[in-house]
Amino acid sequence: MDHKQWREFEEKCIQERPPACVTACPVHVDARSFVAEMKNGRFNEAFDIFRKTVPFPGIIGRICDHPCQKACKRGEVGDPISIAGLEKACVQMNSARPAKITAPARKDKRVAVAGGGLSGLTAAFELAGKGYPVVVIEAADRLGGTLWEIPEEVLPRQVLTGEIAVLDALGVQTRFNTRVGREVSLQELCREFDAVYLGFGKNSRDIPGLEPDSRGRISINPVTFGTSLEGVFAGGGMVRETGYSPVGSLSDGRRAAISIDRYIQKVSLTAVRENEGPHQTRLFTSVKGVEPLPAILPEDPARGYTREEALLEAGRCLQCQCLECVKSCEFLAHYKGYPKKYARQINHNLKMIMGRHEANTLINSCSLCGLCQEVCPEDVNMGELCWQARVEMFKKGKMPPSAHDFPIREMVFSNESLCALTRHQPGHASSSHIFFPGCQLSASAPEQVRKVYSYLTERVDGGVGLMLRCCGAPAEWSGRTELFEAGLREITEQWREMGSPKMILACSTCYQMFKKHIPGIEIVSLWELYDQFGLPEGAPLRGTGPVAVQDACTTRNERQIHQSVRNILQKLGMDIEELPTSRETTECCGYGGLMLFANRELADDVIRRRAGESAADFVAYCAMCRDNFAARGKRTYHLLDLIYPGAGRPSPGQKGPGYSQRRENRVRLKNKMLKEVWGDTVTEQKKSFETIKVTIPAGVSDIMEERLILLEDIQKVIEYAERTGNKLLNRANGHVLACYRPVAVTYWVEYTALEDGFTIHNAYSHRMEVEGNSQ
Amino acid sequence: MAGKDTIANNTFECLKCGIPMEPGKVTVSYMGSSFPVDLLKCKKCGLVLITEDLALGKMLEVEKALEDK
Ligand code: SF4
Ligand code: SF4
Ligand code: SF4
Ligand SMILES: [Zn+2]
Repeated sequence: MDHKQWREFEEKCIQERPPACVTACPVHVDARSFVAEMKNGRFNEAFDIFRKTVPFPGIIGRICDHPCQKACKRGEVGDPISIAGLEKACVQMNSARPAKITAPARKDKRVAVAGGGLSGLTAAFELAGKGYPVVVIEAADRLGGTLWEIPEEVLPRQVLTGEIAVLDALGVQTRFNTRVGREVSLQELCREFDAVYLGFGKNSRDIPGLEPDSRGRISINPVTFGTSLEGVFAGGGMVRETGYSPVGSLSDGRRAAISIDRYIQKVSLTAVRENEGPHQTRLFTSVKGVEPLPAILPEDPARGYTREEALLEAGRCLQCQCLECVKSCEFLAHYKGYPKKYARQINHNLKMIMGRHEANTLINSCSLCGLCQEVCPEDVNMGELCWQARVEMFKKGKMPPSAHDFPIREMVFSNESLCALTRHQPGHASSSHIFFPGCQLSASAPEQVRKVYSYLTERVDGGVGLMLRCCGAPAEWSGRTELFEAGLREITEQWREMGSPKMILACSTCYQMFKKHIPGIEIVSLWELYDQFGLPEGAPLRGTGPVAVQDACTTRNERQIHQSVRNILQKLGMDIEELPTSRETTECCGYGGLMLFANRELADDVIRRRAGESAADFVAYCAMCRDNFAARGKRTYHLLDLIYPGAGRPSPGQKGPGYSQRRENRVRLKNKMLKEVWGDTVTEQKKSFETIKVTIPAGVSDIMEERLILLEDIQKVIEYAERTGNKLLNRANGHVLACYRPVAVTYWVEYTALEDGFTIHNAYSHRMEVEGNSQ
Repeated sequence: MAGKDTIANNTFECLKCGIPMEPGKVTVSYMGSSFPVDLLKCKKCGLVLITEDLALGKMLEVEKALEDK
């Protein structure tokens, strides 16, 4: 991905966009944080947030016309948050120290502000704060304008005068009893000052020299607040179309001040001014499942909220954010961020040359399942990003070998001649179809492959060939593009040699890989065929249940497969219980994207979470889903266990075969099919290490499974040690300890020689090469 | 990754050479980095003992760190 694509990805995730209340507020008070502080009773901190964007907080806090509340999300489930009521409570009850005002260094350009109402006061405050000498020209003999019309109970006079006094501290000067157009003309002001702001409030009149609009108001540029006269800006009630809005006047004064500053500095008045005023946010916030709550009403409306009432009202705030994907995905939740943040971390990780690549595990932990995209309002697919990152890491030689080595070796093994097979149906010189069971079903339940194959050859005309091998998904998931493509080429060649038949796929991952990467091959899911042709004779009508369907994440967008699976279950007489998320929104079993190998603890959490979603037994139609859930104690059938009860696992609680057994099953399946279906004589050639007889206690084979150590690794170590004599004796217990490095891993085995074979006490491995132990 | 083995020096012997393993300098390498460590080795044939604790503890830690470098 290039820089632009990264930016686009980051931009797409809207989690960091401000909530609706903030964008609806003309000065963008951070109402979400403000309310959060109020909820916790931290009124001083809340006040700090408020006054950060509001120049006269004591005034505005008492009289704000709160356009934010109309936009508040809470309004969709109950009443909007009474943000203005909370602000009032805050300004009344906080005990924060008054803000320290220090007049900045003086600039030499001067600004006149005509009109001492809220917009003018704000413009004066902002400009003086930037160091411009400001003179406020006021028709009356005091500042404040229409603020003085507000009843004293609402806006106490000492608050009004106290807050306006801030301008004195900033060195703002005043000329009272001076009306523009009478005592002083606009032209005179323009001559005397470098820029002029006009904020006469709602009672303004024509100003000679300025163009009015069709309704007699002064016409201004809505972005810059500039009038028809250069250097003259206007805002507040005199230009407003809707009624009196104190916070609107505040916003006008501030935005005009920004223009004046830019005008004086001779920089663009219009650049980057989007979203300055009130606007709509793109933040998505779900209110699904949120209990509707009415507003807390103050017992004494004139006084407003008590402290307790304010806390309760603030407690209703949803603290709006998106996180839709994070709520659905254990992986995204685990790293405590969200895609926008992760995209930054991943980008940084890829660009970094020296230093710790902290995001490696994050990148390799995603199951690439695509659920995030399904639930994201903006269609963000974190899996795509993680996959791209893996491709780049692998290309640069930056992929940690330990992440994917093992499953890649498994894949390579499945595609060696020991396991792989491609043949026409016996008695047929051509094939209308090829059955492709996939490496995992072959490993997990080889007997079922045999059953399915006879079913298919009985029902499908024109010959059903067989292709045993892996589709290459582990290579694709681990970012090994070339290896993956080489596998695809092999498959495609063989498929052509077989006469380009339709492929019947039992595994959802194979289905996804074929569909996405070899679109030229026509495919059909095995489950669609069972649905279409009916159950084999002798399939039991079980009528037990209910069972919950675990849709494979790689079938997310394959509705016909979801439906076929349910139809089959119905024909089997099973009661189906749908999991809270299924079909398009199904969850991965922890194997997808090789999560299980890159981050086992996380995969365990993923599996546990999913298993906990229903007390019913699961039915899976992917061999990996079936074995992963069963391995963590969740009773799970494979669909074929139900169709062929005699040919699979005796019980849904039974764990799947371990890694060594899976290898053996693949080899045996090929031989068995050759013998029993094609009538070949198969001579099994044993390599010398395979003749080593070992006894492995259950505890040790669990350890081997967890440490990804195969039986053949153990055999190779012993064969080597016994042949060369390179071994150690532990005098404390009489055990022999030896090591061997058949691949990029050194395996250590602790064993005892018996008369006929060896007992294994322990096994472990490391990847580091040790001088002296390299053979 | 110092070979601070809690095992008494005399616990292990090299079966090939029939002598006890002794502490000595050994070079270990991974991901293009090499460094010397003190480990128990056979002074005669050079065979080095990597205990389970070391392989799954400190050594694994160093491997991970080098992989993420
Ligand atoms: S669903 Fe996730 S990725 Fe999509 S916008 Fe929300 S936080 Fe961002
Ligand atoms: S619920 Fe809270 S964060 Fe959301 S819009 Fe309303 S006040 Fe803002
Ligand atoms: S595991 Fe699935 S839902 Fe989670 S980020 Fe990866 S692709 Fe998205
Ligand atoms: Zn020796």
